[in-house]
Amino acid sequence: MWHVHVGTAQEKFNLTQTKLDLLQGTLDVMVLKTLASMGAQHGYGIARRIEQVSGDTILLNQGTIYASLVRLQQRDWISAEWGASENNRKAKFYAITSQGRKQLAEDTAYWRRLAGVMGRVLAMSNEGGEP
Amino acid sequence: MISSVRQAFDRLRSFFRKDPLDRDLNAEIAAHLELAIEEHLQHGMSPEEARRRALVRFGGVQQAKEQQREARGLPALDIFLQDLRYTMRTLRRDRAFTIVAVLILALGIGANIVVFSVVNTILLRPLPFSNPHELVWIAPPPQKCGMSCATYSADAYEEFRDMSRSYQGITGYEAFTTVDNYRLTGHGEPQPATGISVIGNFFQLLGVQLVIGRLFTMAESRQGAHPVALLANPYWRRQFAADPNIVGKEIDLNGDAVTVVGVLPESFDFGAVFSPGLKVDLLVPLNLDRERMWGNIVTMIGRLKPGVTLGQAQAEALMVEPRLCWNVKYPNSCGSYGGKGESMQLRTLKDYVSGRIRHSLVVLWCAVVLILLIVCVNLSNLLLARAASRTKEFAMRTALGASRGRLIRNLLTESLVLSCAGAICGLGLAYGAIIWLAHQGSIALPLLSSIKVDSSALMWTVLVAIATAVLFGLAPGLKISRSNVQEALKDSGPGTSEGRHHQSLRSALVVSEVALASVLLIGAGLLMRSFLKVLDLDLGFQPDQAASIRVLYDDSAPDEDSTIIKRRVIFRQIIDRVRALPSVNAAGIADFLPLGQNRAWGTPVPKGRTYPDGSLPEPLVYVITPGYVQAMGMRLHGRDFTWSDDPKSERVVLINSSAARFFWPNGDAVGQTLVSGKEELRIVGVVDDIHADSVEGQPGWQIYYPATQKTPDDAHLVIRTSLPPAELAGSVLRALRELNPKQPAAEFRPIRTIVDRAVSPRRFFVLLVSIFAEFGLLLATLGIYGVISYSVAQQTQEIGIRMALGATQGDVLRGVIRKTMFLAVTGIVLGTAASVIVARWIASMLFGTEPTDPATFAAMAVIMTVVALVAGYIPARRAARINPMVALRGN
Repeated sequence: MWHVHVGTAQEKFNLTQTKLDLLQGTLDVMVLKTLASMGAQHGYGIARRIEQVSGDTILLNQGTIYASLVRLQQRDWISAEWGASENNRKAKFYAITSQGRKQLAEDTAYWRRLAGVMGRVLAMSNEGGEP
Repeated sequence: MISSVRQAFDRLRSFFRKDPLDRDLNAEIAAHLELAIEEHLQHGMSPEEARRRALVRFGGVQQAKEQQREARGLPALDIFLQDLRYTMRTLRRDRAFTIVAVLILALGIGANIVVFSVVNTILLRPLPFSNPHELVWIAPPPQKCGMSCATYSADAYEEFRDMSRSYQGITGYEAFTTVDNYRLTGHGEPQPATGISVIGNFFQLLGVQLVIGRLFTMAESRQGAHPVALLANPYWRRQFAADPNIVGKEIDLNGDAVTVVGVLPESFDFGAVFSPGLKVDLLVPLNLDRERMWGNIVTMIGRLKPGVTLGQAQAEALMVEPRLCWNVKYPNSCGSYGGKGESMQLRTLKDYVSGRIRHSLVVLWCAVVLILLIVCVNLSNLLLARAASRTKEFAMRTALGASRGRLIRNLLTESLVLSCAGAICGLGLAYGAIIWLAHQGSIALPLLSSIKVDSSALMWTVLVAIATAVLFGLAPGLKISRSNVQEALKDSGPGTSEGRHHQSLRSALVVSEVALASVLLIGAGLLMRSFLKVLDLDLGFQPDQAASIRVLYDDSAPDEDSTIIKRRVIFRQIIDRVRALPSVNAAGIADFLPLGQNRAWGTPVPKGRTYPDGSLPEPLVYVITPGYVQAMGMRLHGRDFTWSDDPKSERVVLINSSAARFFWPNGDAVGQTLVSGKEELRIVGVVDDIHADSVEGQPGWQIYYPATQKTPDDAHLVIRTSLPPAELAGSVLRALRELNPKQPAAEFRPIRTIVDRAVSPRRFFVLLVSIFAEFGLLLATLGIYGVISYSVAQQTQEIGIRMALGATQGDVLRGVIRKTMFLAVTGIVLGTAASVIVARWIASMLFGTEPTDPATFAAMAVIMTVVALVAGYIPARRAARINPMVALRGN
């Protein structure tokens, strides 16, 4: 579902703003949650982790993650530092900040609520109305 | 909030730190891919497969980078800079086009800035006083007796002030001040200076803050007070080298020790506001008691109480007016200020200062906007021509994926760059022009000396630049981006008749350009004709070959008779001495000159006749010596005054022909007797009417008294010479100094300059509108030339074929000329139609010229046609010389 929106700047122009925000926000929350639960991690690690957790139900273009990372960085929700990976490769490591944790808590509550509402709405049965 | 500011800041920083950030990202992505490959290798894939899988999972590397850059930076600015670089490159390549475009824009925008600054200074900007909207000009009922009817007596001023409730205060100044009425001594040669007497509360009421020193106190306006003065800022700088310790010092004015109490700010220019063209050096307090027996002398300026409207004040003034007395000691002088059908009139001070020229300024503004429109049309045309040759480039870019919006954006960037360059050059031009204008003391327009390029002018420039860019860039932009890619790419080049449509748009633009230029030409033509009519007016005197200088004399004597005798000796000596100079043909003295100060003393009537009070106009009074009538070049019937017309002989006067005709419509006025109060006046001559208070107005009545029977207020020596007047300046001043060593170095003014100053506003408008019209004509010519030569170039092959098929050179020439004339004539017809409306609108600015003046309209049509013919002839000749063989082989 995501890869549809990974396109050129011009295509992006055609997307409605609300949809874009929602999707951006989604990826941002996932990144924050991943970092919160795994500790400092590089871009590849984050992308792999999200893929694994979501059980391949969403096809993520891994490159998309970097736009999200820079956005989160500018908001001071994550910090970044060059370091060495487990097999001694130079990689940039991201870690969640305390501000990021606060944001994550807010976002988590929001998503839970939204998911609950959506669940109830979608569970509505056809009670004598038009299908 | 703070975080969003921070984010914006980060983005801005990213924009400027592009390279290091990009390097960082590249390294990160490379690391990502390597980590992925490694993982795939561990799962036993071949290196190629591992790499392929890693890249697939990653998605487009370039897209990811783009996305990241977009997230961190300012993509819109990036695109703009890209366009900017591209534009710079293409403009540099097309140097001739760029120079022409920027030059045209600079002239158009520059003219707009200049006119905006003039309009802003005179009309839009508030007067340089505190709360200027509260200030009102309180004028007596309009009558035709010059300044005496435009002012109030000291008593009337005080009564009006005391009886009115609408005002915080009322002030005024003495309107009968002549140029160079003071003589400053003690600083080398005696120097002339111009001082204005103002009522004590003048500066407090206007709210003027001094640079140094203090304002006048009420005590200083009373009888016997020590004389004090405020210095105008330029005078303080020029004459006293901006001496910061000037306050408290005494200066010698007209032989009195006057204490300087303060220096006025630069923003306060008395002349600029109240008397355009007059340079005022000092201001002194007006002693109303001393002036009480003089007639009407002061103007009135009031400051309304907060919340009082002009209408309320006007209503109150009408109630107060009948109770005003010219002099409270004479009950029969009460009520003389109104009730003759007309009443006193209140208007805002701003309206008084600039109301008269508002219409002219609006017209000027419209003319300059018209110029800008022509400039836009012209540039649209130039860009279209350029675009036509760039069709392929754009088609290629479209084919490579550039969107239509991006192309338009690119083209708008181009026009914006051009118009900004034009605006910068225009600003430079305007700056020069405005500095020049500010120093044109000879243009009698209010507030002009305070003109400058201020922040609002800069805002206006930006606005004009952007509007211009959009106007001239959008049409070609839309046009080009709409063109068909395949068609354009297939197009084999300039041989085939590309876009009839293109051509018709360009023709329409040229037609509108010609029409706009025609409107400007007709407007300028009508104004020019009016101006020539004004210059051609018989003023009743000959301004050429004559000059005047203000003479200082001292006729003080114990009693009136010996004063007159002393004065007669002095004046006679001066005139005899000056007449003895080589090339001087005539010389005489008058207290006031035409088109300068004036006054009225009531109306003498023929002996034995009575007229109802106030039913007759009051003649302007001039006190003159023998020889003046001749020196001014006035036409006299009867005799001039002689030196033997003295206090002991019969009282004599000269009157002007209007008054003479009114009183003696069928007979000769010479030899008749007028009665003024108890005095009998013998008319010894009748002079032709002179334009005494304005060049363009109808002259009223005038009466002349001999300086040996009445007391002159001043003395202007007028000489008539066969040389250019300026050459006599030195010898005349030397002669005056020999007679009176105190004579200051007063200005030696050719009479022509007095007339020139009076017509200077009209000259100013005519000059500007004519410049605009000529510029418009030039642009229209360029437009016609551009379109015709472009179409000739486009049709080279077609013309070649036609010539090969037997068309002669003459046929081709005529064909092109016919096309040119079609464009020109259509434009002229449309322009003429529009001009009829425009001319009616400017009718009030015309003088002796009908708005439908056939000569002007015909002249415009002829000029436009001839110019179009020339503009079309050049490409037509080029077309006729096309060698069919070469043209056909061309492609």
